[in-house]
Amino acid sequence: MTIVGTKVLRKEDPKFLTEGARYTADLDDPRLDGALHATFVRSTVANGRIESIEIEDAMAMPGVAAVVTGADLPESLRLVPGPVPLFPPEMLNRPVLATDRVRFVGEPIAVVLTEEAYQGEDAAEAVLVEIEPLPAVIDLEEAATDEVIIHESLGTNLAMDFSTLGMDTGFSDDTFFEGCEVVLSQRVSHQRMSSAPLEVRSAATVWADDRLVMWMSTQAAHGARDVLAEAYELDAESVHLMAPDVGGGFGAKIRPYPEEVVLPLASRITGRPVRWFETRTENMMAMGYGRGHVHYATIGGDRSGNVTHYRIDILSDSGAYARIGGFLSLFTLPMVSGTYDIPHVETRARSYVTNTVPSEAFRGAGRPEATLSIERCMDLFAAEVGLDPIEVRRRNLIQPDAFPATTAVGTEYDTGDDESALDMALEAAGIDELRAERDRRREAGDPIAMGIGVSVYVEVTAGPAPGGNEFAKVEITPDGKAKVYSGAFSHGQSHATTFAMIAGDQLGLPVEDVELIQGDTDLVAQGTGTFGSRSTQLGGSAVFEAAAGVVDKAREVAAELLEAAAEDVVLDTDSGLFHVAGSPSVSKGWSDVASAAEAGSLVADMDFNANCSYPFGAHVAVVDVDTETGGVTLRRMITCDDAGTIINPIIVEGQRHGGIAQGVAQALLEEVTYDSDGNPVTSNFADYSIISMAELPSFELVAMETPTPNNPLGAKGVGESGAIGGTPAVQSAVLDALSGSGVTHIDVPITPQKIWTAITEANA
Amino acid sequence: MKELQVEVTVNGTRHSHDVEPRTLLVHYLRENCGLTGTNVGCDSSSCGACTVHLDGEAVKSCTIFAVQVDGQSVTTIEGMADTDGTLHPMQEAFHANHGLQCGYCTPGMVMAATSLLQEIPDATEAQVREGLEGNLCRCTGYHNIVKSVLACTEGGQQ
Repeated sequence: MTIVGTKVLRKEDPKFLTEGARYTADLDDPRLDGALHATFVRSTVANGRIESIEIEDAMAMPGVAAVVTGADLPESLRLVPGPVPLFPPEMLNRPVLATDRVRFVGEPIAVVLTEEAYQGEDAAEAVLVEIEPLPAVIDLEEAATDEVIIHESLGTNLAMDFSTLGMDTGFSDDTFFEGCEVVLSQRVSHQRMSSAPLEVRSAATVWADDRLVMWMSTQAAHGARDVLAEAYELDAESVHLMAPDVGGGFGAKIRPYPEEVVLPLASRITGRPVRWFETRTENMMAMGYGRGHVHYATIGGDRSGNVTHYRIDILSDSGAYARIGGFLSLFTLPMVSGTYDIPHVETRARSYVTNTVPSEAFRGAGRPEATLSIERCMDLFAAEVGLDPIEVRRRNLIQPDAFPATTAVGTEYDTGDDESALDMALEAAGIDELRAERDRRREAGDPIAMGIGVSVYVEVTAGPAPGGNEFAKVEITPDGKAKVYSGAFSHGQSHATTFAMIAGDQLGLPVEDVELIQGDTDLVAQGTGTFGSRSTQLGGSAVFEAAAGVVDKAREVAAELLEAAAEDVVLDTDSGLFHVAGSPSVSKGWSDVASAAEAGSLVADMDFNANCSYPFGAHVAVVDVDTETGGVTLRRMITCDDAGTIINPIIVEGQRHGGIAQGVAQALLEEVTYDSDGNPVTSNFADYSIISMAELPSFELVAMETPTPNNPLGAKGVGESGAIGGTPAVQSAVLDALSGSGVTHIDVPITPQKIWTAITEANA
Repeated sequence: MKELQVEVTVNGTRHSHDVEPRTLLVHYLRENCGLTGTNVGCDSSSCGACTVHLDGEAVKSCTIFAVQVDGQSVTTIEGMADTDGTLHPMQEAFHANHGLQCGYCTPGMVMAATSLLQEIPDATEAQVREGLEGNLCRCTGYHNIVKSVLACTEGGQQ
């Protein structure tokens, strides 16, 4: 009997629930004894020229050991090392510490090292930085006009034109929509959002035996090691990067930041270990937001509800220096037409720099943007042709027998059955009763208007095509248990449990006997990390294959013990016993095999490489909107999210829940904002309204499992699906509630103020 | 700055330290007592990751100075399980219902939830959601946290 697919409670929990996880700030490694604390001096100006940096006063403050500025940086440390793929090299010129120019509020200028953390706060204030302000450009579309240029040497704010990479189709002429009976255009805004992991960025470092030793709150230890090795001109082996427990990442902890890159220099200069734990305010200013897209979408079709044409112009915000956020349209472009069979699709995508913090990946990373725009257009199209939005979707869905299906933009979806997902979600919602209630209340003139919203989505995980790789090694210990070494890195995703199930299944060992080692570049030979919903399908498949490799080796050993030929020996994975096929009465267990094997020989590794996969599903949102105040109550959220084979339903459901909440938060609440001078307005958790449990209902999940053929597990990614399907369903529900009021569109986040304003304007 | 002596009972053990008056309780617990289960998640008393019990009632330990708790009794996540390792029912419920992912909000969430149920033992879902609004989680969407807490109410299903 296989354990895969059954509910297994997490191995991580006992420690997390009793003493708490061990995060970077919790480390008590003796190598960090006597550590100094790092505090950053940051730009208070969004765009400006640094005239002077004076550190004398700060040096005289209590507890100050050193103040490091850009003048102290060796050549290799001037700029944050690349490569961030695909950008023109000039865009990557991000200073580790700003010396002459600053380009966003929060940009690091100096780092103060103090005996106590609180002394750093005072000393950082005493570093005098004179900055001559320059005109700043905060708005993405204003940046695109090039009226204010942020990087003078480039002469433009254009960070990346995806056509130069052959990634978009470009636009043909105005005849594109000829023959369409209905053509509708909509500007769709996708606000800047904070990843806001509950654990902020944190690191600790020391030089020991000529090696750079560093602990970091990261999603990808090996990538961080490589960046540091480049910055300090070291071999990768000379850097030991360790990720302890990490309190969430959501995409923003994929690559190290300037703050982390400079810490080993501070340690070298002072000859002391250095620790850094930023404040939430710093995190909100300097970690980087996600989303930040504006789309101009146009949809065309006939009056019977067939969508035949779609064109989308994608603008995205890189922030002041191009990092990951600036190229995420490469996840948007392949997914623009969603789950629909639209024969004619045109795309264009460009990213621009603005005087805001460099943008990052964030839960969904390019796919929520694709989905929100096409779903919004489907609703507008349905309203125009006078059909129910569900019916219009149904009419245009890619049919199950078309999979693998290649879309007009050339994306090949591996599997799909969108209509079944939609039907199951609608049935679970009780759509007929919901509609009856909505219509009854609408007719009665209830000022609390009810709305129903539906989205159907497809996304790409471990993408984009052609996919990627992840490493695993499985080793049998002398006592016959297993250790799994993974290059993926759980920072909440529960790999210790999921990977133990995958390996345990192959080896016939209970989950308790499989230990996961992750996040340590000395112990794990290579790794990519956990992001983009890639870890089960790539990292899990690597574990699966490596475990199979170990079984093959163990069969050889067992064959000798059983005095049989290896090809005749089988492993009973229920009992974990090797025996000759057909003769289970004489058997050898893992401890027998481990004792007999040459020490260290029962080990196999796998760098598993596979194409991406395409999870899909449907969400139904039910809202009540107070048309007098604009207040929205999310009553119900019903989702069907098909992520292929499910290894552990309780963990998969947990991933879905988190994603759904994030999708709702984008629809209704959260937005990173700046004033017109570029000062962050949402610089802490009091101003940035992270969604709380009071604003959410319990979610109603419908199970559906369509395995992908692209990996041996059949698994797709699931951590981001909820954030992709959730936002358009909730937006649609709110606009459905307002459908009698003359309001046709409100951009997310749909706040009470926006609703009230839209209703008031529609009635004016 | 002149240090003041505080005597606090933490998880049943008496502690005595000289601390600067500026020291927040959360830093006192983490740095002086070595109890790092209590986490710092924000700087505006918004997230609740630092929630502990002060004389049995939930407080955000970033909103209170160590010197203010002189002579009082503090319980942190490390003090919730029995000495024989048996988990507190709330810890058990979080495990059974997958009420935690990255774990960062978890200690504060468990402390806030137990305190809430002392106040309202038969809390409804709405009361749980209202009562724990000040404890933020970015991983779970709160669904399984609410389920865990409801499992510990009178008549709840463990």
